[in-house]
Amino acid sequence: MNIYWESFKTFFKIGIFTLGGGYAMIPLIEEEVVNKHRWVEKEEMLDLIAIAQSCPGVFAINIAIFIGYKLRQERGAIATALGTALPSFLIILAIAIFFKQFEDNRIVAAIFRGIRPAVVALIAVPTFRLGQRAKLNKFTIWIPVVCALLIWALGVSPIYIIIAAGLAGYIYGRLNKANQI
Amino acid sequence: MIFLSLFITFFKIGLFGFGGGYGMLSLIQHETVETHHWLSTAEFTDIVAISQMTPGPIGINSATYCGYTAIQNAGYGSGMAVLGSATATFALVLPSLILMILISKMFMKYMNTPLVQSVFTGLRPAVVGLLAAATLLLCNEENFSTPKENPWQFFISCALLIATAVGTGYLKINPIRMICYAGIAGLLLLY
Repeated sequence: MNIYWESFKTFFKIGIFTLGGGYAMIPLIEEEVVNKHRWVEKEEMLDLIAIAQSCPGVFAINIAIFIGYKLRQERGAIATALGTALPSFLIILAIAIFFKQFEDNRIVAAIFRGIRPAVVALIAVPTFRLGQRAKLNKFTIWIPVVCALLIWALGVSPIYIIIAAGLAGYIYGRLNKANQI
Repeated sequence: MIFLSLFITFFKIGLFGFGGGYGMLSLIQHETVETHHWLSTAEFTDIVAISQMTPGPIGINSATYCGYTAIQNAGYGSGMAVLGSATATFALVLPSLILMILISKMFMKYMNTPLVQSVFTGLRPAVVGLLAAATLLLCNEENFSTPKENPWQFFISCALLIATAVGTGYLKINPIRMICYAGIAGLLLLY
């Protein structure tokens, strides 16, 4: 079978079954890409995951592009990226078209009035989990606090925060290196 | 012009969206709600809810949804709105496409050097702050009402917030199930 079609189909399948965000799909990607199709070795897959996680953009798309590119350069990357994005694109498009008509429906409005506060909690909980994973201590805990206040209270764009944080990390890394020598 | 502005906005989100879907939330919210007013806070919250319940990355979901509603709110028909969806989604994916191919081609060997790693070390605590800001910005009257305007809805909203935090944080209840419970509570208590 045509490799473009084959890889598109595989990532379309991965796109459909990614419920609950990027990290939930890692086992599925490994199963399809490493065990079934043998497009990459297991060790290489671990490297790809690590790089895709630290790069900007949608994690699932990043992984798909890496593997597509490895198979058939640019055209392969486009095939796999398209495959990953298409299921959610179609589903959300359908919802956008139909949801607009039900938005003003009293029942739908009541349901969403209940859901909205729950959603706030759903992103509050991972905030703390992410904080634990970032290994914050008493010397670094002020960083997220200041960042959050700048965005929330002063309306600073998160983009500037990201640029500043990346630069600060870079400078810190250089100073550390200089100190070691 | 709105197509161009959709393209630029989601290209920026794709380029600076570090830290996975949640890290991206803050950027999407800042650009689409605060800067361009394509969505209200309530609509943005609904998209997050829908993204939790449907497959697919939140970045793609919000690009698709925003592209559609932004064009429609600008007074165009559904055909153009679908084109808006495609524009926003393509713009979101484009930086990944460029970056990942560049990395595959030449930078793979540099990705694990201490200097690159230290950039990510700087980013990690900031992304925690980004997500905290997104949470705070969603705590407004559109999502909770106010004690003055509608005390009953405000009280129920706060209760649902706490219940969901405890349910998913401590009791490890599946988030999708928790959203369904909150929806039922809304239907029964806030109709």
